[in-house]
Amino acid sequence: MGSHHSEPEPWVVHRVRALESLLIEKGLLSTEVVDKVVQTYEKDVGPMNGARAVARAWTDPAYKQRLLADGTAALAELGISGRGGGDKMVVIENTPTVHNMVVCTLCSCYPWIVLGLPPVWYKAPAYRSPCSNRAWSWENSAWSCHPIPRSAYGTRAPKSATWCCPAAPRAPRGSRSPSWRPSSRAMP
Amino acid sequence: MNGVHDLGGRHGFGPIQREANEPAFHAEWEKAVLVMNLIGMVKRIYNIDEFRHAIERMGQQRYLDTSYYEHWLASVETLLVEKSVIKREELEARTNHFEANPTEPLPDRKDPELLARVMNVVRKGMAEKSEPDPAPRFKPGDAVITRNWQPRGHTRLPGYARGHRGRIHLFHGVYILPDAHAHGRGRCPEPLYSVSFESGELWGDAAEPKARVHIDLWESYLQPAEKT
Repeated sequence: MGSHHSEPEPWVVHRVRALESLLIEKGLLSTEVVDKVVQTYEKDVGPMNGARAVARAWTDPAYKQRLLADGTAALAELGISGRGGGDKMVVIENTPTVHNMVVCTLCSCYPWIVLGLPPVWYKAPAYRSPCSNRAWSWENSAWSCHPIPRSAYGTRAPKSATWCCPAAPRAPRGSRSPSWRPSSRAMP
Repeated sequence: MNGVHDLGGRHGFGPIQREANEPAFHAEWEKAVLVMNLIGMVKRIYNIDEFRHAIERMGQQRYLDTSYYEHWLASVETLLVEKSVIKREELEARTNHFEANPTEPLPDRKDPELLARVMNVVRKGMAEKSEPDPAPRFKPGDAVITRNWQPRGHTRLPGYARGHRGRIHLFHGVYILPDAHAHGRGRCPEPLYSVSFESGELWGDAAEPKARVHIDLWESYLQPAEKT
């Protein structure tokens, strides 16, 4: 017996439908636009794009240099562009002595074009509040990952509407790039 | 604005909650909110700085009690009303209508031109390229002190980074100043830098050894540091 009818939908559902219907009537929206945009973010924009660029950098030293020198252009080479960081991308490298974390303490800036829509934890106060001063202890306590040497830590706060800086993880053991050491894990 | 959105260094929000195999959206209504906000910017009804500031002024208590897409919804509603695209009363009346008629479908409308325009922005972005002027006042390595100002409006200078010494790390280019752009005061392009701070400068005895914080800051947030 249709149990999904037993609970009324939350107010926000009606509110959003009201807003949608008004915008459709005013010629500013169509349900087709909603469907197509959402489909793109669900299927085509995601962390596989960033992974593609990083994997290329692990095996192609010349590409790695271009990626670090001009992230926007190097990502465009692989057809990676779009809304959410695409106007200017700065790529920074994790090294054996410097590990980078990226946080937006003021809102939720995130490099959509290489990582997709941000996960809930990235946008949550629990991540945004302590990250700028407790990077090392936060990372080692909150995530199950290989411990990271306490030798050096950087925290980066992208504050601009126009650029984002994903941190490129180090190459895994066995990849061919001689300048990158074996890695423990990727940045979020 | 010294609001609760300025979260850097706050205590007490508990552990990070990670969701395994997290979906892109958690509810259908979130999808519509994302797209309506995109349309607000594609149609240049408002800009991203106005959008962020409308979240900041949604109400301090409510900000902490609501989700990311509820923040977006609050901002989109506020701006559509303030920009006279919709009226507050018609939004309330329509909400009551859908509450009473939850199965009523949305109006049908096709708009290939709008679809093409929005998809173009999704794929290519809304380029706000670096501008040629003004020339940067600082260069990498320069010592600077952030201003200790307390603006009631929008700013991208976090509270925890005011009145502190740092060094210019990178010059990013010249970009729209959010502090002006969020308040209808034009683009006011300014040099944008990555500024590097020693963690101890910002966090005192809570700082972690050898940590540094890099923050993107516009030139008017910075003053030259006196030589010591």
